[in-house]
Amino acid sequence: MNPVNAVLRRELRSYFVTPVAYVFLVIFLVLAGILTFYAGDFYERGQADLQPFFTMHPWLYLILVPALTMRMWAEETKGGTLELLLTLPLALWQAMLGKFLAAWLFIGLALVLTFPIWITVNYLGSPDNGVILAGYLGSWLMAGSFIAIGACLSALTRSQVVAFILTALVCVLLILVGQPQVLDFFSGTLPRRLINGVAHLSMLRHFEAISRGVLDVRDLLYFLLSAIGWLLAGVLLLDLKRTR
Amino acid sequence: MIETDQLTRCYGNLTAVDALSIRVEPGQVLGLLGPNGAGKSTAMRMIAGFLVPTSGSARVCGHDVSREPLKAKRALGYLPEGAPSYGEMTVREFLQFIIRMRGFKPDAGYRRFEAVVQQLQLEEVLGLCIDTLSKGLRRRVGLAQAILHDPPVLMLDEPTDGLDPNQKHAVRQLIDVMARERTILISTHLLEEVHALCNRVVIIARGKLLADATPAELEARSRYHGAVSFSAPGSGMSQEMLGRLPQVAAIEVDPLDGRITVFPKPGERILEPVETLLREQGLEVSEIQLERGRLDEVFRQITTGNGSAGSVTGGHA
Repeated sequence: MNPVNAVLRRELRSYFVTPVAYVFLVIFLVLAGILTFYAGDFYERGQADLQPFFTMHPWLYLILVPALTMRMWAEETKGGTLELLLTLPLALWQAMLGKFLAAWLFIGLALVLTFPIWITVNYLGSPDNGVILAGYLGSWLMAGSFIAIGACLSALTRSQVVAFILTALVCVLLILVGQPQVLDFFSGTLPRRLINGVAHLSMLRHFEAISRGVLDVRDLLYFLLSAIGWLLAGVLLLDLKRTR
Repeated sequence: MIETDQLTRCYGNLTAVDALSIRVEPGQVLGLLGPNGAGKSTAMRMIAGFLVPTSGSARVCGHDVSREPLKAKRALGYLPEGAPSYGEMTVREFLQFIIRMRGFKPDAGYRRFEAVVQQLQLEEVLGLCIDTLSKGLRRRVGLAQAILHDPPVLMLDEPTDGLDPNQKHAVRQLIDVMARERTILISTHLLEEVHALCNRVVIIARGKLLADATPAELEARSRYHGAVSFSAPGSGMSQEMLGRLPQVAAIEVDPLDGRITVFPKPGERILEPVETLLREQGLEVSEIQLERGRLDEVFRQITTGNGSAGSVTGGHA
């Protein structure tokens, strides 16, 4: 695991020596706060929970995660450091895993830094902290899936802009696919079983299930498997590049 | 040891490397020579395991690059073309990253780090961002990265590109020192480098191996090999006399500085007869030289298939 660790540390460090980390953290925290209190009617609901806070997370990730992952491989391809990295003694999956873990830990840090909102809600009332913890866990897992998508699509191209747009596109599809409006739109044309199947692909559905405090193995597996799947696809893409 | 067997790489219709088979033994410094776009870097990328060959195979220290990539990569120190490195890192961070990647124990890693930094004179720039370094310094950082784990096989893609003469000298000395028990493959388009470094030369063009010889053997192929050149003011008369020597094949006068070059017939040695003749004629010769042969001429001959040494065939990008 030494090479994974080395890649992880290098990536994390590069977030913090470039403005990426700070810009990300500031925007994430500010937006999370604003959206919770204004768009989410945090006070008006009169309930001591963080539901409005977590509801905003998919939409925050939609913008911020692609920004975090777009450079992951595109920059290495363009700058020629990919050749350096891939001629060091490590397997492709190790490089991928290291980069993924760095981004995932970083989002984890961003989530930890939202603790004032947790303190606030505990000060105002007595929320179910187990549900809140589940919300954080669900949010972090969902971020992992988003990052895996971004990592894969960043390997596809040497252009960071293309990587950003593709990632955001795939993510928005995976968020929207389970929405009732989308499902209703297709209900007339597509068989019911297919629609039900597609609905299960929705990030939102699984995230909401977890953030209600219900830890179902199926929801956990969904995020775990989708992350692994996208990361593997990314590894295959990188490997394919070596033969082209 | 580096071995390639019918190594081939195609990009669409273009065959960048065409059935290249070479073998470099420990103690050898092989210069891979060729015009731009000849396939030098592509060949090296395949040996380093970055590109997958279309067909054929490469082995580093007996490990097949495709089948045992990690073992092959551990035995190899590689400086990619242009010496890419992570610009936002400092030199120290970058080298520590490589140490971690190479799986050193902290103690041993630190000792190697110190030794390499000293070898490449990087002490003063350790704290600087790689982005802010000059081209020459970046190249040295790249070299440091390649030799950090003291590999038995070293592959350097244009190691002295962008260095000033002093730095070139330092790098060549370093390679010379390392060459003793190691296998070294360098690519270059600088012919002087071949003289300074290599004990074997492989010339490729359009992906094909065209020559495999020692620098001296290549020089012997030159028209200039064994020729005698000298500068002597007012030597019009002697030209005719020189032409009458039985060993002489041709005489050329440089139109710019009037330097005279006398070419021998095949297998003849002409330094002595020419000197004797000049002395007999009482000509004052400021300086006389026995030519070893001109690599640039041989290089042109081989890579363009063009025999005429004087003509400069350009446009071979």
